Amino acid sequence: MTVDEVQEEILKELPASGDWLDIYEYLIALGRDLAPLDEQFKIEENALKGCQARVWIRGELTHDKLRFSADSDSLITKGLVSMLLRILNDRDPCEIAGADLYIIERMGLNSNLSPSRANGLKSIIKHLRDFALGSIHVH
Amino acid sequence: MDELRTLITPRTKLISVTYVSNVLGVINPVREIIEIGHSKSIPVLIDGAQAVQHMPIDVQSLDCDFFVFSGHKMYAETGIGVLYGKEQWLAEMPPYQAGGGMVASVDMDGTTYADVPFKFEAGTANIAAAISMKEAIDYVDGLGMDAIASHEKDLMDYAVERLGGIKGLTLYAGEAKRCGAISFNLEGVSSYDAGMILDKLGVAVRTGNHCAEPVMKRYGVNGMIRASFAVYNTRQEVERLVEGLQRVRQITT
Repeated sequence: MTVDEVQEEILKELPASGDWLDIYEYLIALGRDLAPLDEQFKIEENALKGCQARVWIRGELTHDKLRFSADSDSLITKGLVSMLLRILNDRDPCEIAGADLYIIERMGLNSNLSPSRANGLKSIIKHLRDFALGSIHVH
Repeated sequence: MDELRTLITPRTKLISVTYVSNVLGVINPVREIIEIGHSKSIPVLIDGAQAVQHMPIDVQSLDCDFFVFSGHKMYAETGIGVLYGKEQWLAEMPPYQAGGGMVASVDMDGTTYADVPFKFEAGTANIAAAISMKEAIDYVDGLGMDAIASHEKDLMDYAVERLGGIKGLTLYAGEAKRCGAISFNLEGVSSYDAGMILDKLGVAVRTGNHCAEPVMKRYGVNGMIRASFAVYNTRQEVERLVEGLQRVRQITT
């Protein structure tokens, strides 16, 4: 599936009520799908700056495909990361770096989140992109 | 308090302490702290930003050297606050900034500053905020600080009782004498998640480290949920908080 196809798939899965509490429940459920990040990787090096909640993201390049694993002590944040990884994981770093994540706007996430939390989401996306860009140089 | 005594050295110039903790709502024993300071000839500044809207305060009886608070904490608009200081200190202190209206006379040879408080009020005053500050003071005075304190004590006692009944909820500094704010966590729930869910239920709490990382470390947590009470809050709103926390529990498990 393409990046856009996965985004469309998620948009269809979103609770029809449009109620934010339902969306949080959906995100928390997505977070449960996220493969657990081994405790040994929950280190400063993998910790994101600029997030209020603690978030760890680790990327691994295998056979030219990038795969991230992540965790957060906030279930909603973990759900957001899980959603992003469902869209971006197991792709060529170039594709990840150039992906247009329009789903953020379509879900109204930026206007719903408080400025500091919206900023946290932005820094998660930037981290994923930067990591992908860094991986392009590697191979 | 024992630790405070060990912190005071011959180099201590000023003891600055918050009257009420912005994180835990705990009322600090400021009277005792002021006595300790004065016994060693050290002036004491009390930060009353979290106290002044909740309880009657008499700076002369406290005998503090300075007392400060921000206006918006007691329902005035933002951008104004109060610095009370004993006249002796204020007379000794040089102006912290220059501007119109703060001099007695100016010569090429030297400047004489105006008396207290004018020497500290350079330039155009924050007029609109000062008017709102007066209105705010009249408002709380009209209600009566004793009446406010008693209403809020009722709310706080009720909140402690109701929150205490929630399974897996930890109250911080639960036994201490407090006012204004109470902090807690739900076992296994990030304070951020709780805050986001409560927000959607129309309950405003503060979450995270409350600009007080040492306090978080002291309790070994990454954040706390803080509910605060003001004169306009009701027992029904405490109930909504409790219901909201039950919803948080349901959504996150």
